[in-house]
Amino acid sequence: MSLMSPLNRVLGLGTGKGAAEHWWLQRMTAVALLPLGLWLAYGLLSLRGFDYATVVAWVREPVTSILLILLVVAVGYHSALGVQVVIEDYVTGKGARAATLMVSTLAHVGLTIAAVFAVLKIAFGS
Amino acid sequence: MHGVQRPVSPHWIYRWEITMWLSSLHRITGLLLSLGAVALAVWLIALASGGDSFNAVSRIYGADWFKLLLVGWTFCFFYHLANGVRHLAWDGGYGFDPARIRLTGRIVIVVAVVATVAFAYAAIF
Repeated sequence: MSLMSPLNRVLGLGTGKGAAEHWWLQRMTAVALLPLGLWLAYGLLSLRGFDYATVVAWVREPVTSILLILLVVAVGYHSALGVQVVIEDYVTGKGARAATLMVSTLAHVGLTIAAVFAVLKIAFGS
Repeated sequence: MHGVQRPVSPHWIYRWEITMWLSSLHRITGLLLSLGAVALAVWLIALASGGDSFNAVSRIYGADWFKLLLVGWTFCFFYHLANGVRHLAWDGGYGFDPARIRLTGRIVIVVAVVATVAFAYAAIF
């Protein structure tokens, strides 16, 4: 006998809700961030300087733009999932928890999209 | 629930072990890296906004107090990355015996410190 409600059975949700997907996405973004993170460290190390012209020229290279966008999206996702777990662990009270989770999600989505847009603007800008 | 002395989980009676410190450190560095990601986003947005905005942000990022933050984030980055590999190995079922778990913990700390010093020397100062 299943203890799930009919609706939850349809949605594939037990008491863990999206826990398996959360766990898997956390690992998938972690695996993606291993090479992307090391690449960013290498990229910053190999820059001649951090003046405007040098950095723009670097970001504008197609490989840099592509890898930066992948990195920004993976960081945004990985961070959102991680911060969510911390909030769920330490913020008690239904209202406070829901509000904190909402602020975190909005901030993560907002900043990720803003950063992706920034890279695209630099890449396609005159 | 108030006033009732219920038995609690005795987690606080354990002697602190390196594994416990490193586990806490993984979460702390992860949270700090989320703030570092904000700094990275601000840097990219300033870069997209043109030379004046980028120079304004660069002045802040180049300040001595901010360089300390950058070194801190560098350590968080290398620690979280190295310890993340350790976590992924555990997820695969490897490296769980006590001797190995302490050894890899020490390796992670050494890797993080050495990488931080090298990166800070080459790119920040």
